[in-house]
Amino acid sequence: MAEEKKPMRKKIQAADTMNKIMADYFYGLNEAATTGKQKVAWCTSVGPAELLRAMGFAVHFPENHAAMLGATRMSTDLIPAANAIGYSPDICSYLTADIGSYLKGITPLAKAYKGIESVPKPDVLVYNTNQCRDVQDWFAWYSRKLGVSSIGVTSPKNVNEVTDAHIDDVTRQIEALIPTLEEISGSRLDMDRLRETVTLSRECTELWRTVLETATAAPAPLTFFDGTIHMGPAVVLRGTREAIDYYNILLAELEQRIRDGVGAIDEETSRIYWEGMPIWGRLRQHSELFFQLKASVLASTYCSSWIFPAFDGRDPIRSMAKAYLELFIVRSDRYKETYIQGMLEKFRIDGIIYHDAKTCPYNSNSRYGLPQRVEAGTGIPSLVISGDLNDLRCVSDEQTKTNVEAFIEQIAEGK
Amino acid sequence: MSKPVFVGLDIGSSRTKVAVVDSEKRLLGHDIRKSGTDFAVTAAACLEASLAMAGATRDEIANAVSTGYGRANVAFVTGHHKTEIGCLAKGCHHRFPEAITIIDIGGQDNKVIKLEPDGRRSGFKMNRKCAAGTGAFLEEMAYRLDIPLEEMDGLARRSTEMVKLGSYCTVFSATEVLENIRNGKKVTDIVKGVFYSVIKRVLEMDSTTERVVMTGGVVAHNPYIVEMAEEMIGRSVMLPELPQLAGAVGAALYALDEKGETNG
Repeated sequence: MAEEKKPMRKKIQAADTMNKIMADYFYGLNEAATTGKQKVAWCTSVGPAELLRAMGFAVHFPENHAAMLGATRMSTDLIPAANAIGYSPDICSYLTADIGSYLKGITPLAKAYKGIESVPKPDVLVYNTNQCRDVQDWFAWYSRKLGVSSIGVTSPKNVNEVTDAHIDDVTRQIEALIPTLEEISGSRLDMDRLRETVTLSRECTELWRTVLETATAAPAPLTFFDGTIHMGPAVVLRGTREAIDYYNILLAELEQRIRDGVGAIDEETSRIYWEGMPIWGRLRQHSELFFQLKASVLASTYCSSWIFPAFDGRDPIRSMAKAYLELFIVRSDRYKETYIQGMLEKFRIDGIIYHDAKTCPYNSNSRYGLPQRVEAGTGIPSLVISGDLNDLRCVSDEQTKTNVEAFIEQIAEGK
Repeated sequence: MSKPVFVGLDIGSSRTKVAVVDSEKRLLGHDIRKSGTDFAVTAAACLEASLAMAGATRDEIANAVSTGYGRANVAFVTGHHKTEIGCLAKGCHHRFPEAITIIDIGGQDNKVIKLEPDGRRSGFKMNRKCAAGTGAFLEEMAYRLDIPLEEMDGLARRSTEMVKLGSYCTVFSATEVLENIRNGKKVTDIVKGVFYSVIKRVLEMDSTTERVVMTGGVVAHNPYIVEMAEEMIGRSVMLPELPQLAGAVGAALYALDEKGETNG
């Protein structure tokens, strides 16, 4: 009998350009840290990066580094080192992988970029707990270890409507960071430069939104798995011209795919929404699994979390506060349900997969009956898979495969 | 071809099951044996025994579909496969053509599958990573209690005061079992507690609809578990004649559907 056809994923040509600007970014960071030409700030993924960039800091994002540890499957070997010093296997595996990487003196940056030996040493650590409380503990560890200040913003959680009171609070907290950052950077905040940076961030995230929305086309020209890679510049280079230039190139390629009727998946037969974190160490396998099933995982909450329509150069700090508060992860379940329902409609979704990540309750939205409520409201079937973002000890490949295959069968039979 | 037959091979983590049906969907032959470490060899032996029972030969196989954990390991027979969830649904709907909730307790995993009256799946759940509530859990407990697996059903029936096990985890449950042994609890009462734990783990996976069908090896070999489940959910449970074969029969019915040779 015939062998199963080996799936051939379609390469996005713009990836080469992205790889180059990401390399430039990491080399720039390395140079800043090793020569002292520029101060280095570590920042959480939706922390006040615009402020840091405008104040002349080179900005490193430990979450990005942790995702690299996951994608390179180094994390599972490094997490135990953090577990052994008291950081539980049940807490954020970005945190444990990253601290484990520091303890073991290992980084994927050294493997990927010749000449880089370690992550850039920080001059300051700046967090925003809008992602979760773990980022604060994560930075606190480095603060103690490296003797560097850890400062940040404590965000409200479960926000339904973002009100002026919320924005006032976060605005004040961002403003309160400025004197410390000025002292560390040795220069005063230039408001014009901040306005410009926020304007560039807005442009970047609007382009990123347009890129993601190309997947409303059928067949969709890109998948969630492509998105998790190509979101790199939107995460680490927002507020820069390079990110904007890159998304213009990527967008042109995807629009050409639409004009040519070319989908990311050959013969797209079902359209899937991914809710939750990617399983970084299984990106390729999952991409190939869905490819083989002719199922296009084409939209996600995760990739869409780097769209910030609130950024406004005319009122930079307050608009930053609003943008950071409007983030999906900050919001109430009521908001999340409405948001997900809107996404299912916009992208004409046939089924939704929730990834319940063992170590990330904040990004696991399947634990309080939300899938059942969304399914009852939309009639769109759902599946919950158990796994983790970085700790592959929590992943069962066979269980995932059977669940996904059965789910796609179910969708096909329901059509 | 003198008498086309349709074959379903369910290569489970614990047992391999094969069903042979004719174009009228009648079950002509079947076989069950331990999957072992070479799925292909076991599947071939199981297939031969099933064909012999059906009075058919390999040449008369019009189509075959595989399912189960080792479904991709028997491509030499089928070339294509379906998930065990799909096959269980197919097999159970054939026997019970109405809205049902299927509870399958297998060797390594459990499934709760909900079907619409027309047989379409409205949803399904598999147990999470751990083996709580599966056949593997029973095997571990039998080992801890130093009793043959096949004697568990009879022992549980003789219980007068069930011991409740509280833990999710198989290893922690084993510790609880040892603690109860040390405290002088009767083996019969502990075994009933083990059965109770299996059903509880399965029932907490999902809600059930009015009509419940149970399948799988654990159910086939431990009818007392079915009686206990009926008591716990407060209504009777339906069983196919051969509960362990439901997935294999479903696979065979898929094989038949694909060839479009069904008369009914």
